[in-house]
Amino acid sequence: MGALSFRNVVKDYGIAGRSNRVIHGVDVDIRDGEFIVIVGPSGCGKSTLLRMVAGLEEVTAGEIRIGDRLVNDVEPADRDIAMVFQNYALYPHMSVFDNMAYGLKIARVPRSEIEARVRRAAAILEIGDYLDRKPRQLSGGQRQRVAMGRAIVRQPQVFLFDEPLSNLDAKLRVQTRLEIQKLHRELGITSLFVTHDQVEAMTLAQRMIVMNRGVVEQIGTPEDVYLRPRTTFVAGFMGSPPMCLYPVQVQGLVARCHGLSLNLTQAPPAQGELIMGWRPEHAVPGTSGWPMQVELVEMLGAERLVHGRLGDGVCVVRIEAGATVPAAGQTIHLQVAPGHLHWFDPRTQERIGS
Amino acid sequence: MVERRPVMTVVAHLILILGVMVVAFPLFVTLIASTQTAQQIVQQAPMSLLPGSNLIETYRIALFGGQTGYGSRIAPVAPMLWVSFVSAITIALGKIVISLLSAFAFVYFRFPGRMLCFWMVFITLMLPVEVRIGPTYEVVSNLGLLNTYAGMTVPLIASATATFLFRQFFLTVPDELLEAARIDGAGPMRFFFDVLLPLSATSIAAIFVIQFIYGWNQYLWPLLVTTDETRYPIVMGIRRMISGGDAANEWNVIMATAILATIPPAAVVLLMQKWFVKGLVDTEK
Repeated sequence: MGALSFRNVVKDYGIAGRSNRVIHGVDVDIRDGEFIVIVGPSGCGKSTLLRMVAGLEEVTAGEIRIGDRLVNDVEPADRDIAMVFQNYALYPHMSVFDNMAYGLKIARVPRSEIEARVRRAAAILEIGDYLDRKPRQLSGGQRQRVAMGRAIVRQPQVFLFDEPLSNLDAKLRVQTRLEIQKLHRELGITSLFVTHDQVEAMTLAQRMIVMNRGVVEQIGTPEDVYLRPRTTFVAGFMGSPPMCLYPVQVQGLVARCHGLSLNLTQAPPAQGELIMGWRPEHAVPGTSGWPMQVELVEMLGAERLVHGRLGDGVCVVRIEAGATVPAAGQTIHLQVAPGHLHWFDPRTQERIGS
Repeated sequence: MVERRPVMTVVAHLILILGVMVVAFPLFVTLIASTQTAQQIVQQAPMSLLPGSNLIETYRIALFGGQTGYGSRIAPVAPMLWVSFVSAITIALGKIVISLLSAFAFVYFRFPGRMLCFWMVFITLMLPVEVRIGPTYEVVSNLGLLNTYAGMTVPLIASATATFLFRQFFLTVPDELLEAARIDGAGPMRFFFDVLLPLSATSIAAIFVIQFIYGWNQYLWPLLVTTDETRYPIVMGIRRMISGGDAANEWNVIMATAILATIPPAAVVLLMQKWFVKGLVDTEK
């Protein structure tokens, strides 16, 4: 019903086709009621993809279907979607009530029905007290909730969120994130959420689409994407601090990199030139292992980040706050369980092995 | 204090007071002159700066016409006030409507020849009515619009300045507002009336004041297209009262008419001032 599907969707800007391709063939199937997050760095095409679903951008090639209906040429208002913008996009001269009712008024929904829907949405979002106020009398978080209310009253098949939390301060961001999750649990409407923040992506997504330069790098659940990144880009993008990625020469059980010979306890899935990666929390300091020169220790509260060098390469290790703190200049020895090592092909940047 | 020197404050104040006097003194003299009789003005040189006692009589004759002490007949000014008012309002409102629509077209639509049209509008800034007076008169005359409100106002209604001002304002309206309206199902005209117009209220107020005063001050064009005395705007009326030659001028009535001519534009500015300030104080987002 509210399912969304992309078939080889391509977007070009400019005339004569190949002038500027920003989206290179996206193929995704989204189930009804799923919360999908499109995440990626600035300029990767995620907002463009969202706007193509909304109808605010033309589709150069390919098909977009909302609930089995081809919507490439359908006007935004007829696509049964609702959108929440980064800058809220509330009508400044209208009250909160009128802002939420505007779309319904144009659709000639009867007055009583409009009242009912607006009040229900206001109750869900706890903005019932603000219905008579103008947007300039509200705080950022309240305005964003009004924007969400405006989307809810339309009772669409798909919700579209375009970086809605980016304009909020850190604390408000966490709060609104939880509200969005609550909303999704209550209403169960298919949602497409665009963000550049991987924390938002990890916490909100049922499935994630990681994009880079107009190409879909990986689609999967947050666990999939975090524990089994399909490409070095995904490996380096998800997770903070990022995964340490080293180009290595593997011979037998020895990986040579950065002027060091690192011993492996298990044979990697291939030999020769590879890229080896592990996450900061999976490198365990111990009595024996890979030698790391400590340069700096950062205190984060619940944990510490130890920055240092492994041979010529930089490295970050995450340790518990209670563990012994290494001093700068000290050498610690790291062990990484073979299951926590990620291997990538340096030519294709893709994952090798499971 | 200016630069921590009290002397400078005194100097600054003196200069400002001087400035105010240069601007306000002529108005003051006009007002005083309108309260005296014509003999008093002429006989006492320089004219006394104290208010006279003839205020009501002078203004009555000015507004409604009649015989004066000198025996000359004064045409009533009240109908001329009305003519000025109607044509100024028509010009102001006409300019606003046309400029709003053309700015809307230039900013929100793509059509072939768009930039060409835009530059053509720009070029008309070089064509005030004085430059095109010959051909415009001929057209108006051929259309039989002499001595009519239409003849007085229509050739003055197209406005490049207002179009530019509105265009600049429309460019500051965020794109997301348009997109949100599109998703809500608002077509272009719906967006224009429901969203753009309310947001433009302060710009419209500003342009209304400017164009009202422009329309009120029109002298050359009404002079050409009107021959009927009942269709004269007040600025023409003032001029006609000053007859060169031997006949004595009724200066008090002339001054009274001048004062009457300044009141409506001043009133418009004062009234609209509230709107300006309101728009500035309530910063919209």
